[in-house]
Amino acid sequence: MALLNIRNLSVKFATATGSFTAVDGIDVHVDKGEVLAIVGESGSGKSVSMLAVMGLLPDTATITADEMTYDGQDISNLSASERRRLIGREITMIFQEPVASLNPSFSVGFQIEEVLRLNLGMTNREARAKALDLFRAVGIPEPEDKINAYPHQMSGGQCQRVMIAIAIASNPRLLIADEPTTALDVTIQKQILDLLMKLQEDYGMALILITHDMGVVAETADRVVVQYKGRKMEEADVLSLFENPQHAYTRALLSALPEHATGDRLPTVSDFFVQEVTP
Amino acid sequence: MTGTKPAAVVEGRAIVQDYYVPGSMFAAGREVRALRGIDFSVEKGKTLAIVGESGSGKSTLARIIALIDAPTSGTLLIDGEPVDIRSKRPSPALRSKVQMVFQNPYGSLNPRQKVGNVLMEPLVINTDYPATERRDRAEAMLKKVGLQPEHFNRYPHMFSGGQRQRIAIARALMLNPQLLVLDEPVSALDLSVQAQVLNLLADLQDEFGLTYVFVSHDLSVVRYIADDVMVISKGVAVEQGTREALFADPQHAYTQSLFAATPVTDVEAIRTRVARRKAARLAAPV
Repeated sequence: MALLNIRNLSVKFATATGSFTAVDGIDVHVDKGEVLAIVGESGSGKSVSMLAVMGLLPDTATITADEMTYDGQDISNLSASERRRLIGREITMIFQEPVASLNPSFSVGFQIEEVLRLNLGMTNREARAKALDLFRAVGIPEPEDKINAYPHQMSGGQCQRVMIAIAIASNPRLLIADEPTTALDVTIQKQILDLLMKLQEDYGMALILITHDMGVVAETADRVVVQYKGRKMEEADVLSLFENPQHAYTRALLSALPEHATGDRLPTVSDFFVQEVTP
Repeated sequence: MTGTKPAAVVEGRAIVQDYYVPGSMFAAGREVRALRGIDFSVEKGKTLAIVGESGSGKSTLARIIALIDAPTSGTLLIDGEPVDIRSKRPSPALRSKVQMVFQNPYGSLNPRQKVGNVLMEPLVINTDYPATERRDRAEAMLKKVGLQPEHFNRYPHMFSGGQRQRIAIARALMLNPQLLVLDEPVSALDLSVQAQVLNLLADLQDEFGLTYVFVSHDLSVVRYIADDVMVISKGVAVEQGTREALFADPQHAYTQSLFAATPVTDVEAIRTRVARRKAARLAAPV
């Protein structure tokens, strides 16, 4: 059975010029221990659909879905306290800008210990010990020193490791990572992706990876959903997607990778895509 | 570096840049050496890619080449002429030769300036063309970079990221430069928009015989656009060579680690990874 199952999800935003549909009838499901990549460009609605699951969208958003279940439980109409039991414990999320995701006024140790105290009911002493364990698990060097550091004293890659440590603190069964490496250098990106994959295997959690980077998809995903302008274009396991992409948009994305350039010019999406989908 | 030819559009010899980090009540100020003696030269119509991570000094070097900052020591030659902007303000003619395009097209355009004025401003400052001539040139340049003349009176916020980067490129080309310094020009853009902008840069290089210094951390982009590549780490050029040589056989350990970290989108590599994961899962069922 799918861990998270969403059928026909739509998200509309009320704007000054009328209603804008950001997500238009998307089906997403992820199984236990699976890595799902959701790929798309800016404006494809890839982040919005997952923010809808987390209940993080502003009041201007209208969310409709035929089905929205987590582990068989309906999550579309949770009360605030039920939602708090689920979000941040069973389902956690990390974001694109690691430095901006942390509070600059508190040490990183305080921020991870706060999660441990509030979500897991630990005492201060237990929380400190567990925080050090988590820092070691995510590969932060000299955790005893770093635990008292403030976010601005750490590099982007280290802040993302802290975010990951916070996200896995409660042994979640589903981690949603929204562009976790986009703000990072390529060598740091490799380290963070390797870490996420290792933790995913060690903890047996499901991972939804939102990205625009086909390279990241190739290195991590089991299954891939390709989104464009709020709609699902294609869904396939990672090998079939790269070997034999079915949809014109997927083919366009793959051939726009500079390493796939055959002639002097890079093919662009519009070369593939003028008639086939009218947004 | 192989033999220095006088035909080089831009050449650097032993470029060093120090930054002074001011001290506080408790710590003394100190010097940080961002570039430790860099040599390079780029011939006309060629593209030199500068590759490195954040903090490697690649943007510092780009700013020196674009005549924004003066190096602490070392010589920069534009068209074979030594340039020292510290002792003498660059002339309009020299400014016209070298232009720069920045990484973030959201930050590099004045939000209160119409696109037409963005494009005409370099002409106001550096030339004495009459207003009608400036307008004609700006409209022609808009067309050249794939925008429409009706975009002339719009503001930057009305454009997408890719269109803004086209505007920034158009602004850089208004003075008919010989050398364009591009600091991560496509890393803020989506993949398909990135392809369009790279194509545009290739077309413009052919048409105007432009020389590019292209700063990037993305090896797949570098492989597509560069003729020569320089890899910088901690202010030192650890490896320099033609694109073919460097990509075929990277020598330095740092270059090799960059290659190892670059995601592989090759089907065989994915097949291996998927098989490995399946095996791991069978060995230790969740």
